[in-house]
Amino acid sequence: MSAEFPNVTQHTSEVEVGQSLWQDAWHRLRQNKMAVAGAIFVLLLAIASFLAPIIAPHSYDQTNLAIGATPPSWNHLFGTDVLGRDLFSRTLYGGRISLSVGLVATAVSVIIGVLYGSISGYVGGRVDVVMMRIVDILYSLPFVIFVILLMVIFGRNIYLLFGAIGAVEWLDMARIVRGQVMSLKKQEFVEAAVALGLRKRRIILRHMIPNVLGIVIIYSTLIVPSVMLLEAFLSFLGFGVQPPMSSWGTLINDGAKSMEEYPWLLIFPSLFFAITLFSLNFVGDGLRDALDVRASKD
Amino acid sequence: MQFEFSHLSRRRFIRGLGAMAALSALPGCGRQTPVDVGDREEIINIGNGSEPQDLDPHLITGQTDHYVVMSLMEGLVSEDPVDLHPIPGAAESWDLSPDQKVYTFHLRKNGRWTNDDPVTATDFLESFKRILTLSLGSEYSYMHWVVRNARAYNEGKLKNFDEVGYKVLDDLTFQVTLANPTPYFLSLINNDAWYPVPMKVLRKYGDPYLRGNRWTHPGHFVGNGPFALSKWRVNDVVAVKKSPTYWDRENVRLNGINFYPIESDDTEERAFRSGQLHATYTLPLAKIDYYKEHYPELLHINAFLGCYFYKFNVTKAPLTDKRVRQALTMSIDREAIVKTVTRGGQLPAYNLVPPGTAGYTCRTLVKEDVAAAKRLLAEAGYPDGKGMPTIELLYNTLEAHRTIAEAIQQMWKSKLGIEVRLVNQEWKVYLDAQRTLDYQICRASWIGDYVDPDTFLNMWLKDGGNNETGWSNPEYDRLIDEASRTANPKQRLEVFQKAEAILMDELPILPIYFYTSTRAIRPEVKGWYPTILDRHPYKFVYLEKKAK
Amino acid sequence: MLRYIIKRIFEAIPVLFIVATVSFFLMKMMPGGPFDTEKVTTPEIKLAIEKQYGLNQPIWKQYIDYMGHLARGDLGPSFKYAGWTVNELLAGAFPVSLELGCYALAFALVVGMVAGIIASLRKNTASDYVPMSLATLGICLPTFVTGPLLILLFGICLHWYNTSGWYLPSDRVLPSITLGLYYTAYISRLTRGGMLEILNQDFIRTARAKGATEWRIVWKHALRGGVLSVVSFLGPAVAGIITGSLVVETIFQIPGLGRFFIMAGFNRDYTMVMGTVLFFAALTIFANLVVDILQVWLNPKLRFE
Repeated sequence: MSAEFPNVTQHTSEVEVGQSLWQDAWHRLRQNKMAVAGAIFVLLLAIASFLAPIIAPHSYDQTNLAIGATPPSWNHLFGTDVLGRDLFSRTLYGGRISLSVGLVATAVSVIIGVLYGSISGYVGGRVDVVMMRIVDILYSLPFVIFVILLMVIFGRNIYLLFGAIGAVEWLDMARIVRGQVMSLKKQEFVEAAVALGLRKRRIILRHMIPNVLGIVIIYSTLIVPSVMLLEAFLSFLGFGVQPPMSSWGTLINDGAKSMEEYPWLLIFPSLFFAITLFSLNFVGDGLRDALDVRASKD
Repeated sequence: MQFEFSHLSRRRFIRGLGAMAALSALPGCGRQTPVDVGDREEIINIGNGSEPQDLDPHLITGQTDHYVVMSLMEGLVSEDPVDLHPIPGAAESWDLSPDQKVYTFHLRKNGRWTNDDPVTATDFLESFKRILTLSLGSEYSYMHWVVRNARAYNEGKLKNFDEVGYKVLDDLTFQVTLANPTPYFLSLINNDAWYPVPMKVLRKYGDPYLRGNRWTHPGHFVGNGPFALSKWRVNDVVAVKKSPTYWDRENVRLNGINFYPIESDDTEERAFRSGQLHATYTLPLAKIDYYKEHYPELLHINAFLGCYFYKFNVTKAPLTDKRVRQALTMSIDREAIVKTVTRGGQLPAYNLVPPGTAGYTCRTLVKEDVAAAKRLLAEAGYPDGKGMPTIELLYNTLEAHRTIAEAIQQMWKSKLGIEVRLVNQEWKVYLDAQRTLDYQICRASWIGDYVDPDTFLNMWLKDGGNNETGWSNPEYDRLIDEASRTANPKQRLEVFQKAEAILMDELPILPIYFYTSTRAIRPEVKGWYPTILDRHPYKFVYLEKKAK
Repeated sequence: MLRYIIKRIFEAIPVLFIVATVSFFLMKMMPGGPFDTEKVTTPEIKLAIEKQYGLNQPIWKQYIDYMGHLARGDLGPSFKYAGWTVNELLAGAFPVSLELGCYALAFALVVGMVAGIIASLRKNTASDYVPMSLATLGICLPTFVTGPLLILLFGICLHWYNTSGWYLPSDRVLPSITLGLYYTAYISRLTRGGMLEILNQDFIRTARAKGATEWRIVWKHALRGGVLSVVSFLGPAVAGIITGSLVVETIFQIPGLGRFFIMAGFNRDYTMVMGTVLFFAALTIFANLVVDILQVWLNPKLRFE
């Protein structure tokens, strides 16, 4: 048989196994070297931070006024701060706060923002107008007052910190998603879905949202640093991390004040901060590229 | 002159001050720095910390506001630039009655406002009536309460102002009658509350007895001081120029002063370094050591009339027990804090009133003794801190407060074994918590209004508005009252010794350090002397011109 | 179009009203007042001050008084800066913030879009990673780090600029870059993402196959996608940029609006809080209107209802 149809055998042994969209995406993601490197780094950092009580060489609050601020040495890998506390340990512990706040608050704001924005954008009409005006109102309310009131009513609570941050960040996401959805609404595949009689909820969840994921992911990677710095600001005000505990944000805040005298106090936390954000960005870009349904499959 | 990216370039820049010609050959500029311009035109650029809330002397409450207003106004007496002792101001001389209660001020003939009106005794009478008028709600009106019946009038209890101890004898003679002999009266009246205001101008722009009067705006402002307001842009600059009508204008050497309300001390220091300011308001903590080492001639650190301390809320256990308070007070290392944390040459404080205040140095001092502290704590029922509930330490949002609190938190933890939780509140909430006694330990400070121990000690009277600790002691109250009636200065100081001894035994407060003022000042600024209130009467300041 | 604009303005009025009301009552709930000072005054004096500002009256009356003044455009006296009215303070600071914002935005748009365009065209190569990383630095390093760094380098070491102040034209440079860097990151990423959405589509491949130059592809087709994303983001961002950044203003000593926005709450300067909130709300509504119009213009498919 193979003599008549020389290629058939080859083909039958290499049947293309169909891949779902998600498997496709995963495959493409794995191939993106930078994204993988980024993901690994963030993972390692997260593990190191959460293991901080075990691996940190010093405690994060033990002061040593006799030595004050000293540059990096073998005993203190990142040096010490003004009160003689080890910066390496403080950076490790700080990672726990920053990473949790960054990821959790971002996740909260993304979920709320995407749902809100898609509904508003897709349903349109009066509902859209009202929903967007609500966003405008919330956007204009003075954040400082909102924070002070929360502090007064609920006391100091790091979970409330997540809440406060999430409550502010979802607004931008909602707007962006709404914009995207509104332009997607006019595309043929949506008209097809409508014609098929699919319910609104299904269209939103199954068709709209996956298509806005690209821009959502990109914007999320932009929210994370903003959230971490907002946390630093709020902690500085007393709403959030309580001294002597610190986060990268507060460490950077402090380091910036003495950047000429004790540069290590700024350099190390900033380095961690920046590299983490870069990694998240690469991961985000990779995810966006991977999930882009219109990307060529070659 | 080539500039490299290194420390060296900065040093050369500062040293190259005299070589202005060389400076103007800077690549890419050819422009002169603001300081160069100022040196040439005898206009000094001063960093002034924060934007003034207002320029009305009767309404301002802040130090930075005062620094501007003191260039625009002059009181009955003025201050000597070296040690702030009272010298003739709007009054060229004064007499004191034998019972030491009546001061008669003789105003000068050539005193003028900037609108050329003469400065008369009636101006002072009407100004003082204004500040004591309750509807105005002046927060510093209490500076007049040493005057007979002034307090009663101010509180609305007395309706007739004529019964208050002020009298106009004639156009140039003004008499003040005090409630009691007050040895520090002449230094007391070197204060915004005792400045005159041009009532004619106030009436023109609004109601003189209410806030919101527009008379302080540039173009409207009229004063009787060495300088006149020429420009006021919010958050930008307050510029004053030498007053052409001031009686002593011949001796005023500066042509103008630019006050820059730079809030961030880092920004201010950079401005100083790059030649925008002649003098700064303060210096960032982190930079003090650097200046000490490299530019000691520019660094000015001087004792300042203020104390940084913690207040104990004595109504809440476990701080109700004196022994606990004593233990906490005795177990901190003030030297370490001053050397490593604040680094500004502050003095550790073992009592409340800064030593040498008007000749008074407290003899009862707190001791630092960890063993004794532990013993006291055990006696109080908390051996080694066991059983002691977590105490909250409240402070307002500022990096320095936090760092000090963290250091003390650790000291108490390691030496006494007690847990302290740090609570950081923003300013207003912090003030509110103190007022309502909703705290356990809180950070506080007190800057003297005038150079006398009284300003530090009269706070702690029962129900004193600034007490806010819940503490009181009848013997203490009696002593303070006795002091206010004692005419003999030496005896009076002895009474204060007894009072402060009680304070240092019962310890409703924990003294930590005495303030210093820290500024960076360029060498060409002359006539600027270190004073305990960090006030530098501008009519004596000048810029020394360099030989080209 | 005109009818649409008028419709939007009408919709804005209830929004502003609600914003004003909610802010007013939230603000009054805060502990502490504008006249709380470290040196405590007597209750009589405190009351005298409060009477002058109407603060001793019941809250509903204060609210009505305030709304009455508001309807006449009078934002009242500032409680903190007793010599000035809120209108004066905002009017004085607005031109400064507007100028700073425009330069910062211009910087961010130029640098951001160029970086985003190059990166999207050379996806996953060095020309992608390098510009993107540099742009991302803008968010990774907060303004209170980049500002002083720029000042140290260009102001103190090189002596090209003043280290602070807003007097000379050259004073605009460093603050604009510092503020702009933050938005550069957003704009570059959004541009790249938006352009990739388009570039990956089949019709681009067709255009390339037909021999269209890269330039034409970018200009005529892909850029639209990039610009669309940027425009949706810019609406709210513009309001934020113009109302200034407290941090940049503090570092460079710029008399802008940002300081009033943040500090008013801390100072319990009630009238200033209301003034800034309403100003911001009005600005946001205006910016959103412009963005919505732009979006329709750029994406013809949206021309509709």
